[in-house]
Amino acid sequence: MTSFDAIVIGGGHNGLTAATLLARSGRKVVVIEADDALGGAARSFEFHPGFVSPGLAHVINRLDSEVLSALEIEYATARAAAPTVALSPSGVHAVMRGAYGETIDGVSRDEAARFADFRAKLLFQAGIFKRFLKRRPPEVGEIAFDDLKSFATAGLHLLSKGREEGRDFLRMLLMNVADVADEYLTDDRLKGVAAFDATLGIHLGPRSPTSLLGLYYRLTGEVAGATGAQVVAKGNGQSIATLFDAAATKAGVAIRIGTRVEKIVADRGRATGIVLSTGETLTAPAIISAIHPQATFMALTDAAEIGTGFRRAIGNIRTRGNVAKLDLALDRVPDFPGVARADLAGRLVIARSIDHVEQAFNPAKYGQFSTDPVMELTLPSLTDPTLAPNGACTLSALVEFAPYALAGGWEKGKPAFLKIVIETLERYCPGIGASIVATHFLTPADIEERYNLPGGHWHHGELQADQLLVNRPINAAAGYATPLEGLYLASAGSHPGGGISGLPGLLAARQILSEKRA
Amino acid sequence: MMHLTAFNRAEQGHILTPRLETPFHERLAALSETNEWYSWAGYKAPHSIFDTELEYFAIRSTSALFDISPMVKYRIRGADAARYLNRLTVRDVAKLGIGRVHYTAWCDDHGHVLDDGTLFRLAEDDFRLCCQERHLPWLLDSADGFSVEISEETAEIAAVALQGPTAFAVLEGAGFAGVETLKPFQLAEFPHADGSVTISRTGFTGDLGYELFAPAKAALSLWDRLWAAGGGFGLKAIGYDALNRARIEAGFIVANADFITAEAALHADRERLPDEIGLDWLVDPQKPYFNGRDAILKARTKRTLKHVLVGLEIEGNIPAEGAIVYHRGKKEVGLVTAAIWSPLAKRNIAIASLSRPFGASVTDNLWVEIYAMRELQYQKLMKRARVVPRPFVKLERRSATPPGRF
Repeated sequence: MTSFDAIVIGGGHNGLTAATLLARSGRKVVVIEADDALGGAARSFEFHPGFVSPGLAHVINRLDSEVLSALEIEYATARAAAPTVALSPSGVHAVMRGAYGETIDGVSRDEAARFADFRAKLLFQAGIFKRFLKRRPPEVGEIAFDDLKSFATAGLHLLSKGREEGRDFLRMLLMNVADVADEYLTDDRLKGVAAFDATLGIHLGPRSPTSLLGLYYRLTGEVAGATGAQVVAKGNGQSIATLFDAAATKAGVAIRIGTRVEKIVADRGRATGIVLSTGETLTAPAIISAIHPQATFMALTDAAEIGTGFRRAIGNIRTRGNVAKLDLALDRVPDFPGVARADLAGRLVIARSIDHVEQAFNPAKYGQFSTDPVMELTLPSLTDPTLAPNGACTLSALVEFAPYALAGGWEKGKPAFLKIVIETLERYCPGIGASIVATHFLTPADIEERYNLPGGHWHHGELQADQLLVNRPINAAAGYATPLEGLYLASAGSHPGGGISGLPGLLAARQILSEKRA
Repeated sequence: MMHLTAFNRAEQGHILTPRLETPFHERLAALSETNEWYSWAGYKAPHSIFDTELEYFAIRSTSALFDISPMVKYRIRGADAARYLNRLTVRDVAKLGIGRVHYTAWCDDHGHVLDDGTLFRLAEDDFRLCCQERHLPWLLDSADGFSVEISEETAEIAAVALQGPTAFAVLEGAGFAGVETLKPFQLAEFPHADGSVTISRTGFTGDLGYELFAPAKAALSLWDRLWAAGGGFGLKAIGYDALNRARIEAGFIVANADFITAEAALHADRERLPDEIGLDWLVDPQKPYFNGRDAILKARTKRTLKHVLVGLEIEGNIPAEGAIVYHRGKKEVGLVTAAIWSPLAKRNIAIASLSRPFGASVTDNLWVEIYAMRELQYQKLMKRARVVPRPFVKLERRSATPPGRF
């Protein structure tokens, strides 16, 4: 039996963030990772000899600056924001440049002005949310002075822009993205991108109530201080995983890879240690689980050690993934007619219109995949040449909607859906099919299996109004601490949610640091 | 072909019998002189059979048969049954031997009592849980992660309580050989007809008594066997009103009468922790984790318990049922949930729920306000109440082993 001051379960970027912070406070910390490398969804991997995927996360748009500075990671300060190309079947594309379309090419001057209004409105409103994403959610019934202060400053900020802005915020807060986009925009390509970004990774269509929240969430992210900006993920030695790994190692975190946690040891309301797949027991006064809350409580914790209501609530977290991940190895750089060579290194979105996204979502409600899917593409090897052999290229795509619980099962559905995805690509990039050297396709079921991610949901639970803030992952565990004393949550399943931000890990570590040491 | 109206009427036959009948109903109905019925968990149950006063005295002087078939019964079986029940209930199930029964309670995550009841350990991995309210969804949700099978067997199992000083003599006379070895809270199986009956030395009267559980189809033959033997021992069939008097004397509480169960409570402040309804002694902080543990222990440490359930002795002889309890005759501090003039204790007794500190650290100067109806006019009485320990009546015959024949 070996003892530590803190044990972190799961070596994803949130686990590494929490581990590094705790180690830097002088604690003896160990990270246990089941996979043979750290990084989780931010880890790159070779999917075909010579071809490397950046991992599940191929676009970086919310890596938090506080996390980076707390971990002393240098990142992307010099990198220009990658553009978003709204692909049109006509070959006349719109390009959003800068931080979420600071300028736009390929649309009328009037439409560009309308988009600027739309963007400014959403950035302002998302900014109000942002204040709450960087701190522990308030505890209902035990509102602290700090919570009141942040409510008050958010309120004042809102009022400082005039009553009209305050009213508009309350009006739009729970609207659907389609209605808001229709209010401001006329161009289907731009509306399609907004609809796509609002619903990516969420089981909502653009016309579903509250779907605007997804876009707010997207616009709370920033790169190098530019809100809404994005960069394409690199891999190998420059992957996010590698940076976080290095920070953890530098901070003196002990790392055990290729080791599964079999069980969290608990007795009478207190977690005291973990049992590893090796049979070894590690003990620590603080155990930080940076894996999915359901994996933490349904798989690792004995039902006899937690309450019926708590376990039921954890089991009821809605966490069925909607997105499939495709990596293609291509023998040459693909040609998307109408897209400038430089813009190929950005993000390409296939979402012709709001209707297109909505219609792609419709079958998902009934457990069917879309026959006309929407997707975002990157060609990561154009940003990081180490990802593909000379002259060759990689393509990475997040494809919606691919429901986790596919009627008929993914075993049969996967080849059929892959065929549809390749055919869709062919429409925007004729000849791409012939240039494919290798295909690596992950359905939500594959993602669940590969990443130990219940439902294959990268947010570790639906990012919807009822599973946010004080109810993320569930109310009884919203403050990173759980009813099991000594056990903390630090994954995307906790506030503020998923994406490569590091915030759940940062806030969980701060919570532990703020408590008296046991 | 049946006429449509006749068909519709036949389809709606259930409205003619809105209350279910227990397996003993035929015998109860034949004996019933008062024809006074109420609904107990959906079953037709007697308030009284012939005379509440005399029925009460059957419990205390001879013996009484009370049909407890409507009591909700769950069967819990499987390799994890004990572990499951230990997480579900507040008392340590590991300490419950095979063939033993214990009184227990279970709570939600917030420590609020969902119900109290008796847990029978029929075998190592086989338990019966008896209670007032239905809990199948909660029991099933609690079963997630355990290897257990849970079924409700309220309808399948007939149960009858045989209580009173001659209860043992009746069983002996009915030929249940070996029943004399049963100690309080012990159970055993005895042959009956072509099957068996489980007899436990348990009851809700504080008297010598037994509870008998048999398959519903064996109910009438069991009743007849007891009834035939009971003739010479003053055995009477009784209704709930008589039993209620006996249970108040014994100091027992009834869910949704003396406290509101957490699932039934509509007002947030009606829910109760075990310590707030006199069940603190059931809670075992040393045993493995159980539902509500954190909340109960936290309330104890932080001294945030809000209520207390107490026994009261009230001057005079007018039962204080439903009376408001006052401190110094002015400040409202609680409510009487059950009260009788106790013929056995010769005292005016009551069970009351009070707001702490009243009833806990402040026990002097308590008063109850009784409205006594005297020929269509209320007489308002302010009577002094004294906090006294429960049970109000303690009978040696309840626990003497071997039991007396009388």
